[in-house]
Amino acid sequence: MIGIVNYKAGNSHSVMNACKKIGVDCRYVGGEDDFADVSAVILPGVGSAKATLDSLREIGVLPRLEELVLKDGVPFLGICVGLQILFEHSEEDDVDCLGWIEGSVVKFDETRLRVPQIGWNRLTWEKSDPLFAGLGGGGFFYFVNSYYAKPARGEDILAVSDYGGRFCAMIRRGNIYASQCHIEKSGEVGLTVLKNFCEGAGK
Amino acid sequence: MLANRLIACFDVINGKVTKASQFRDNIDIEDAVTAAKRVYDMQIDELIFYDVTASAEKRPIDLQLVEAVGREVFVPYTVGGGIRNLTDMYNVLKSGAEKISVDSMAVRNPEIIAQGAKEFGSQCIVLSTQVKRVGRSAKIPSGYEIAIDGARVFTGMDALEWARRGAGLGAGEIVVNSIDNDGTHHGYDLEITALIADELRIPVVASGGAGRMEHLYDVFTKTQASAGIISSMLYSPRLERNFTVREIKEYLHGRGVPVRPYVAPRAT
Repeated sequence: MIGIVNYKAGNSHSVMNACKKIGVDCRYVGGEDDFADVSAVILPGVGSAKATLDSLREIGVLPRLEELVLKDGVPFLGICVGLQILFEHSEEDDVDCLGWIEGSVVKFDETRLRVPQIGWNRLTWEKSDPLFAGLGGGGFFYFVNSYYAKPARGEDILAVSDYGGRFCAMIRRGNIYASQCHIEKSGEVGLTVLKNFCEGAGK
Repeated sequence: MLANRLIACFDVINGKVTKASQFRDNIDIEDAVTAAKRVYDMQIDELIFYDVTASAEKRPIDLQLVEAVGREVFVPYTVGGGIRNLTDMYNVLKSGAEKISVDSMAVRNPEIIAQGAKEFGSQCIVLSTQVKRVGRSAKIPSGYEIAIDGARVFTGMDALEWARRGAGLGAGEIVVNSIDNDGTHHGYDLEITALIADELRIPVVASGGAGRMEHLYDVFTKTQASAGIISSMLYSPRLERNFTVREIKEYLHGRGVPVRPYVAPRAT
């Protein structure tokens, strides 16, 4: 059973629609005691890191999530701001984040670029991974972001894209995956990534 | 590098996708959910859904339909029409849309842009505008005036000034709908599209007039537009022939315009 974290600031509905489309067993999870049968967790995200953290704290889901992901090694996939909050700090609202992954989240250069980045951008894989099964060397994914992550450890970077320079588009460390692009809104290519995750990538 | 986006925009009346010409004479195309699935399967980059009569009929948007369309579409999905306040916005987002489009209501109450951007983020708020060429004057320095309510009411507002203000209030994208070119198939209004796209730092979506693939080449090479609406080309019965998303993308790619490539479906 895939657990989709459902909180006020997220777009869990779109992720649920995508999971149903690819035919995986999934349900919303929210409260702390909600995870008994959950074999993998997806954390959807839109909007700001601070609003997301506030909203997750409000439903009290973080302690249990940290236990599952960091201690028990349950596969985890964060999407968009669900990637950003895994780092130590975000420039957006100057907020301290969860610190699961070393590094920080910074803003695109507004003097040179249209910010937010809105649209389809090409991803290239930094390494081969079960997440990319069936997808060749890369593909186009949908982004909506003003901020991007700068992982301190290069080996955490799983895929990169280019917006006025290369930036980190996906990370993986062990059972923890996260994607800056909205894989739930990236057409069939995105659904393939989601399916690969739900079918056991990260185990 | 970002790909230029091709967007299907559904004008929905009573659950049916319709096609207008210069904002009038709508003809029914097909059921909205079927149409959504069809354009998704064609690999459209994005979908906009306008409940065009919600505002005039002073009723909320049809959320069940919004939700049904959302179940078929796994690309970004914007919903507009009849959005009056934050509650309406919240309901639309919870029904599966990523973005909210505001148009006439934002002219009446510009603060709704700022409120929406603050609550949901700028990336959620699309300012849609209806622009008409009226000639330059002291009051309308850009030569384009903003209309509302299905191009029936003229506001005396300058289009460029309104776009600037909308971006300042927090809109994350702006759609420039040419009333003159809508449904004519003669091409986008490049002049106002370029004016607004040069001025603003947020993505600009060109709308109204695309009838041939060259029109997309023109708008992406002669203006800084990030996206073009191609509804008529996909399904208007008024057009001599319709196009697939695939052939438009292959045409643009062949001429060096960055697009998300069509991916042949895998045999299953």
